[in-house]
Amino acid sequence: MSSAAPVAVRRDPQHGYLGGVCAGFAARVGIDPLLIRIGFIAAVALGGVAIPLYAIAWVLIPAEGPERPAFQRLLTRQDTWLVAAGMGCLTASGLLLLRAWDVWIVNDRFLWPAVIAATGGALIWRQSQTAPERVAQRGRLPRQTVNRATAGAALVVGGALIFLYVNDALAPARDVVLPVIVILLAVAIILAPWWIRLVRGLADERDARIRSQERAEVAAHLHDSVLQTLALVQKRADDPREVAALARRQERELRAWLNNTRPSGEETLGSALEAAAAEVEGDHHVPIEVVTVGDAPLDERGVAIVAAAREALVNASKFAGPEPISLYVEVTDERIEVFVRDRGPGFAVDDVPSDRRGVRDSIVGRMERHGGRATVHSTPGYGTEVELVIES
Amino acid sequence: MTSVVIVDDHSLFRAGVRAELDGLVDVIGDAATVEDAVACIVALEPDVVLLDVHMPGGGGLEVLRQVAEKRPVQRFLALSVSDAPEDVIALIRAGARGYVTKTISGEELADAVRRISDGDAVFSPRLAGFVLDAFAAGAAPVEVDDELEQLTTREREVLRHIARGYLYKEIAARLNISTKTVEAHVSAVLRKLQLSSRHELSRWAVQRRLVD
Repeated sequence: MSSAAPVAVRRDPQHGYLGGVCAGFAARVGIDPLLIRIGFIAAVALGGVAIPLYAIAWVLIPAEGPERPAFQRLLTRQDTWLVAAGMGCLTASGLLLLRAWDVWIVNDRFLWPAVIAATGGALIWRQSQTAPERVAQRGRLPRQTVNRATAGAALVVGGALIFLYVNDALAPARDVVLPVIVILLAVAIILAPWWIRLVRGLADERDARIRSQERAEVAAHLHDSVLQTLALVQKRADDPREVAALARRQERELRAWLNNTRPSGEETLGSALEAAAAEVEGDHHVPIEVVTVGDAPLDERGVAIVAAAREALVNASKFAGPEPISLYVEVTDERIEVFVRDRGPGFAVDDVPSDRRGVRDSIVGRMERHGGRATVHSTPGYGTEVELVIES
Repeated sequence: MTSVVIVDDHSLFRAGVRAELDGLVDVIGDAATVEDAVACIVALEPDVVLLDVHMPGGGGLEVLRQVAEKRPVQRFLALSVSDAPEDVIALIRAGARGYVTKTISGEELADAVRRISDGDAVFSPRLAGFVLDAFAAGAAPVEVDDELEQLTTREREVLRHIARGYLYKEIAARLNISTKTVEAHVSAVLRKLQLSSRHELSRWAVQRRLVD
């Protein structure tokens, strides 16, 4: 790897580990950064001259994109264990370098405990950087975080113990630590009841707070929806159709809120048809009973069948009278079927002029364009049923 | 006239149903709590009990269980605003012979009560949808061969018509069978629903509950 910087080379700190030099070169040449990194490490192993060259490249080559300090970036990476191991290696290489250059004669008794402690420290530090938001979200520490912090603490303590042991300082240290531990234990036993009560109190308080928050949310929702509707119902008491429509709309809304069965934002065929039915019901004041069996994500053909069903519902609501319209949807692996049935007067299908645009274009035509079909069944006196089918 | 006891914790609703059923069936009593309901049903021995799904103290399910011990022949019709399929299916599995929603008209309700009293099953469009969903063909495990675990083609066809809003006599006309045969199919579905050990029913209910 060369430090002579061609004009087009840019460091890539977002994808790099340290300064993004290797990643930048890899992007320039168009190969996997891993290859460049292997080459770089080989160059380090051969003579160490690559390290100053890397530093020079870091300083001279401008960065592409936003750059945060390398240290901070290392600490906030996702792969905690990798970071910890890297921190251990960095410490080892730094100390060995100092020894090689005779700057500071580090003996092995200090070196390895320091490496272990640095690894553990990095683990703990990483957790402390990421933990707060998760804690806020879940209300308690995730198991993984606890495990990592424990491992980190064990490493730090282990490193310190090894250091004391190999330097023959463990025995005097024990003389100091033992009384401290005994005193701490005694204090813990004395304070434990208060502490437990405090923790329980906090938990109770949190539960109470959550409950009151939920109650406030429910109250707010009822206020916005149900109470408003009840006020409207009182005002329109002289118009039974309007009152019934208001009540049904509110019922639908409240049910949707109570059931809340679908993941938010995801629109399915069933929910789209229910929405269409609610809309038609609101516009035409005819109750619509929706029954769905199975469901599927809303794709292009689903949109077509919903639009056709909506048109059929509008048609039905013009003739249905006060009787409810039935909308039945069945989704299986083989086909989607929709039935719209009203209990209006019905008609003889053959008598209808074939150029009736509403039914022809918006229902039959739309279904045929999407590979489906629409059939109208009607008998005078027995209502009308529109059948929409799309085979998968 | 068919005698009826209404069990519902909403006094307004009880009064409304009483008024609607007035002259159509004989409402001989009502109850607002599980305890009152059990005592009242056992004492009055009505032909049919109109049972609310959701009530404090265990709901309709608890009433069903307690009455079943003292008066096993008692017939129940579940009447609820509840949309949750698992609640409705649980009530049917516990012994209710039908389920209708509270928006049903007085005449239709009276008709349903009379049919329950005759020993038939009453499926509203919504219940038919729930049952079709529970017995969905795609969800059937391969090894299922017990006839209890599956609906016949005819039974599915009848349920689909109920879900589409057809009355029994209309279904009979469309399928060229007698109304009695339609009722027999619905009763067969009810029996399967109550006796099926099919684990899909519970798994399906759990799935529904999980996404709540």
